[in-house]
Amino acid sequence: MMHEGHSTYTPKTGIGRWVDARMPLPRLVYNSFIAYPVPRNLNYFWAFGGILSVMLVAQILTGIVLAMHYTDDTGLAFDSVEKIMRDVNHGWLLRYLHSNGASFFFVAVYIHIFRGLYYGSYKAPRELLWILGCIIYLLMMATGFMGYVLPWGQMSFWGATVITGFFTAIPLVGDWIQQLLLGGFAVDNPTLNRFFALHYLLPFMIAGVVVLHVWALHVTGQNNPTGIEVKSKTDTVPFTPYATIKDAMGMVVFLLVYAYFVFYLPNYLGHPDNYTIANPLKTPAHIVPEWYFLPFYAILRAITFNIGPINSKLGGVLAMFGAIAVLFVVPWLDTSKVRSAVYRPWYKLFFWLFAADAILLGWLGSRPAEGSYVLMAQLATLFYFAFFLIVMPVLGLIETPRRLPNSITEAVLEKNKGSGSGHPAGATAAPETKG
Amino acid sequence: MSATDDTHDPNRRDFLYIATGMAGVVGAAAVAWPFIDQMRPDASTLALSTVEVDVSSLTPGMSLTVKWRGKPVFVRNRTPEEVKAAQDVKLEELKDPLARNANLPADATAADIDRSAGKDKENWLVMVGVCTHLGCIPLGQQGEYGGWFCPCHGSVYDTAGRIRHGPAPENMAVPVFSFISDTKIRIG
Amino acid sequence: MKKILVSLAAACLVLAGAAAVIAQEQEPAKTEGHSEANPTHFPIKEPKEMSWSFAGPFGTYDKAQLQRGFQVYKEVCSACHSMHMVAFRTLEDLGYNEAQIKSLAAEYTIHDGPNDDGDMFDRPGKPSDYFPSPFPNEQAAAAGNGGAAPPDMSLLAKARGIERGFPQFIFDIFTQYAESGPDYIHSLLTGYDEQPPAGMVIPEGTHYNPYFNAGVSLKMPKPLSDDQVTYSDGSPQTVEQYSRDVSAFLMWAAEPHMEDRKKTGFRVVIFMLLFGGLMYLTKRKVWADVAH
Repeated sequence: MMHEGHSTYTPKTGIGRWVDARMPLPRLVYNSFIAYPVPRNLNYFWAFGGILSVMLVAQILTGIVLAMHYTDDTGLAFDSVEKIMRDVNHGWLLRYLHSNGASFFFVAVYIHIFRGLYYGSYKAPRELLWILGCIIYLLMMATGFMGYVLPWGQMSFWGATVITGFFTAIPLVGDWIQQLLLGGFAVDNPTLNRFFALHYLLPFMIAGVVVLHVWALHVTGQNNPTGIEVKSKTDTVPFTPYATIKDAMGMVVFLLVYAYFVFYLPNYLGHPDNYTIANPLKTPAHIVPEWYFLPFYAILRAITFNIGPINSKLGGVLAMFGAIAVLFVVPWLDTSKVRSAVYRPWYKLFFWLFAADAILLGWLGSRPAEGSYVLMAQLATLFYFAFFLIVMPVLGLIETPRRLPNSITEAVLEKNKGSGSGHPAGATAAPETKG
Repeated sequence: MSATDDTHDPNRRDFLYIATGMAGVVGAAAVAWPFIDQMRPDASTLALSTVEVDVSSLTPGMSLTVKWRGKPVFVRNRTPEEVKAAQDVKLEELKDPLARNANLPADATAADIDRSAGKDKENWLVMVGVCTHLGCIPLGQQGEYGGWFCPCHGSVYDTAGRIRHGPAPENMAVPVFSFISDTKIRIG
Repeated sequence: MKKILVSLAAACLVLAGAAAVIAQEQEPAKTEGHSEANPTHFPIKEPKEMSWSFAGPFGTYDKAQLQRGFQVYKEVCSACHSMHMVAFRTLEDLGYNEAQIKSLAAEYTIHDGPNDDGDMFDRPGKPSDYFPSPFPNEQAAAAGNGGAAPPDMSLLAKARGIERGFPQFIFDIFTQYAESGPDYIHSLLTGYDEQPPAGMVIPEGTHYNPYFNAGVSLKMPKPLSDDQVTYSDGSPQTVEQYSRDVSAFLMWAAEPHMEDRKKTGFRVVIFMLLFGGLMYLTKRKVWADVAH
């Protein structure tokens, strides 16, 4: 969008020049998505930005058509969803696309976040880019949670009860805030109505923050696997066709996996209890949130003890929100001068331990909170926070990074020499000669 | 394309690009269909598209209104005078000379027999009670022909539901219907 | 890329190690804390995995089986269980024609109204009607069944299912195991004959069943017995066969568009593979002369 350097866009037709003089939208698109230079060494993990945009659009589109058939009334919501599944033309497809789409949206965002953590994409000058991403993630969680309430199954109801219950942990005003959120003393019709309204609104807010996220990206430019900034034109290729085709390739593979779940395992990521209509008088034996919240749910339940004046309930809620809040300050917790984990042997080790820890927390979140699971969750929670609050700051000070190449081009040539693929050196200039 | 680039056949490359692009277009079109298809009436709506009406209680001069596909259908047992008045109208006096009867060919004329339930059932008039102008519901047994009068924009229909004057362009529509017994009509 | 994969493998190893440690820790806990007569985790026995005609990527419903299952529902289950989301018109999927559906629907009495006099009235069912419920409301259903309302059967096959646990849930992705509901229903229906372990306390008015997912016993007594329903196609008239047929029927009731879904899925996957192949070739061409 607003990246530096003057634009090479030259409208060819009279109409093109007329529009360009009045509202240069085609120029904006050309500068942002065609001529925009991207590092030549981006791997497939960089396709997830594009994949996430596609998923956001897909969720908004399927969501709008589902809203044409859905009824947000506690007496009718469950049956209206089933009517979509049974009677609406292709309703089963649209509904499964939307419910599994939420899961795959989170699959993509987690890969995107871990990509950022691995390659140090949050480090200066991309701190705002990272924070905007964290805000999108928060909005996604709110949207996902409220969407899960809409079918008005048992998990919808009890999930909403438990999650809004977090707020009662706040001293003095907790109960008041919970009643404000619910519009009553328990989850009921007013809650369902407002959740539907907000579930419809939030995706558009996400889209708004995505625009800011992309704007910030186009100011600083992409990070890349080496973590070295672009130094010359030979380090980059134009966005189109190079990045577009690679993004499209990644998208097709991602959508293939998504389609596999939609068509063959549409209820794999859901919970059977949500096919039973909500019953405010009967709690299911074992309440679990959607899989993408499980690590945080494990952290919530890991705090089983009082910490000084903070009781275990408030402690759990604080730990859970803290686990998300800590992401916002990652740019300042990491003290390393080197961005990419590729050149940081110790950080790389801890990164993978952290990834394993996150998956372990997710699994523990799905287990009943009893026996050794509690202790495991407490240790895993400890490591979660230690990674951000101790490993990140300390490692940057004591770790000796590997030797960095001088430029992206040098890194690419070195790698290709090593792997023996025989590209002539002259070919490196090729991107410059093509359109 | 630089001249030194002889490792790639430009034709093959172009073909590949076109094939990929076409596949993308086909995929996008296939994805679009469910989004359009979901707007069509759903299975439960279509299942309700026939209704059966018991008309045994209708003596001459009485009408009833049933809801069919969300619209009112007028079922009227006309008096002999009303039938006579409708039969006496010459076709050339009519604003719309066609029967608009879904049970008959599209070019059937608006003679009273083709507006009614047919021979021996001339007294029965079954029609969608929606003014063909802009969709209001006309009032029965009103207006200068003793038929129907639409209060919205002043269309006047005769005792066979034919438009006589006013802004409406067509006679009121006769839906698909049949007598399944002497006292029962199935509409749709 | 290679390095990433190696690291990923390392992470998986760490994870697997951790899981093994937990599993080892869990094992003794299970045997110590809860005796056989006093279980705390349900169901006591995992459902038996059956082979279903509708399993797998090309699975289809066996219409004859669905008709038999429907017969079992009609003659046995429907005395207590409603199925209010299923319309008679959808029985077309079971292979019935329009006339058969009409007469089937007419066997049921539908409470309708009000008529022009303001009265509610009973009339024979039409294909557009839904299966009427045996009780006027949930309270009546509970009162008539010892305090536990029999669940509606429209979605039962999707509303039941036993957690698969690690690592089974990973294999399930590749085997496309999605028949946990019918497996559960089948096991429950055939599990009444098993005897409780010595010393187990079975609450008054309930019936032991080791496959029940929420306790040692349930309010529903054994619903099926041999030769209870007379099949016209010569299939065995056993509890085992009845249970299978009704489980399959309930799967259809819960997921009537499953065949359509799997068929569409096959086309989508084939298309995506072809499209992905073309995309890969195009990508290679585009990047052919850029080292990256």
